[in-house]
Amino acid sequence: MSIVRALKCRECGQEYPIEPTHVCEFCFGPLEVVYDYDKLQGKLTRELIASRPQTMWRYKELLPVDGDPTVGAQNGFTPLVRARNLEKALGVSELYIKNDSVCYPTLSFKDRVVSVALSKAVEFGFTTVACASTGNLAGSVAANAAAAGLASYVFIPHDLEQGKILGAGIFGTKIIGIKGAYDDVNRLCSEVAGKYGWAFVNVNVRPFYAEGSKSLGYEMMEQLGWRAPKQVVVPMASGSLCTKIDKSIKEFVKLGLIEDAGTRMFGAQATGCSPISRSVKEQTDLIHPVKADTIAKSLAIGNPADGFYANRVIRDSGGWAEDVSDAEVVAAMKLLAETEGIFTETAGGVTLGVTKKLIAQGKLNRDESIVVCVTGNGLKTQEAVLEAITPPRIIEANLKDFDQLAAADGVA
Amino acid sequence: MKLRLYLTFDESSVTKPVIWQLGRDFDIVTNIRTAEVKEHMGLVGLELEGDEATLNAGIAWLKTQGVQVEPIEQDVIEG
Repeated sequence: MSIVRALKCRECGQEYPIEPTHVCEFCFGPLEVVYDYDKLQGKLTRELIASRPQTMWRYKELLPVDGDPTVGAQNGFTPLVRARNLEKALGVSELYIKNDSVCYPTLSFKDRVVSVALSKAVEFGFTTVACASTGNLAGSVAANAAAAGLASYVFIPHDLEQGKILGAGIFGTKIIGIKGAYDDVNRLCSEVAGKYGWAFVNVNVRPFYAEGSKSLGYEMMEQLGWRAPKQVVVPMASGSLCTKIDKSIKEFVKLGLIEDAGTRMFGAQATGCSPISRSVKEQTDLIHPVKADTIAKSLAIGNPADGFYANRVIRDSGGWAEDVSDAEVVAAMKLLAETEGIFTETAGGVTLGVTKKLIAQGKLNRDESIVVCVTGNGLKTQEAVLEAITPPRIIEANLKDFDQLAAADGVA
Repeated sequence: MKLRLYLTFDESSVTKPVIWQLGRDFDIVTNIRTAEVKEHMGLVGLELEGDEATLNAGIAWLKTQGVQVEPIEQDVIEG
């Protein structure tokens, strides 16, 4: 049963019918999907959800798709890991990693948003989907479109590294490299989205796309035993994920699925691209656009569309935001790998690095539950840690040589 | 053609009559749809109408005035 009511402008409140559109015609404010929650009261129960397959679609009533999904039906439901080794390392009492580095099928949380965007695109009658991306989103659109039999276009800056092109190209998508400065590439992508009759996932179907992020929040609460954590740390690129996890918690509270825990939202950015964290720390609501310069490429959005809203969610919840240097990102990637066996991409290093900093600052309470959202896989950004790992020790193929090495290690 | 853009003004450009000058010096119709101006920065949602070459020239000029110009979707290139 769909309870979607309309698209609503976040600025002026004007409502629009459910169509592939994303900005208010009056004030240019972003549109958001709104729901009639009253229709679900007493119908969406913990038992009903728990009886369904373990995918993000077990919460389908709260996602903006009519009926069952047509794209990405297997996506989501990633592990929530109790990180006991990391708790000791950081000196906190209850810490979890929501591990979207193993999200199906392309190892990032983008598979959630793309699943919703493409399912909605099919409903709208689109046969071609597209995106502008330098990494995870490109791979996810390409893979999910391939599996759904949709044609796809991916727009990238022409000088993008070969490895990143591979992650989308293998799925047979049409990749278009665009020459020019970042701003010009960005504007062209927007114009293409406006001109061609495609579902451009992060433009004209963005209101639906963004809603997919809520599934990460729903899973987190169910996996915690139907409760919200006291504190959540989220990586911020556009800022959308932060706002949608907050929305997921408020929806579960509204529907009586959990108690309100007064969850505080914390945002994480890399110092080389930190317009949202800067605005929070300066206690302003204006986002100053920046030119991104960080190894955390998947978070490198210098003028974030949802920055204002992420700022508001963080401040209204009583949370905070911070940013960390590239060196701190690498250190945090190593820490997570060595304590919990989870290899995250640079964005995860940002999130854990900021978590560590916020704990040290006393902004995150050591004695309350913390969920750290890890949104992508380290195999995608191996270059970031190449210099950080210990090189192998080379020996001849005889036992004597190994005995000497083992003795040096103190192994009997 | 029509373009929908966000203009971000910094401290040095926020008090200048840049949009008036854009309309005067280029054959472009300007239509302000939203605006927020503070001491250190300003943000204006602006619709521009004109032929493609004139719009491109006007946008290039805006950038020389210290104004950041982006589509209303802001950064659409994601990671």
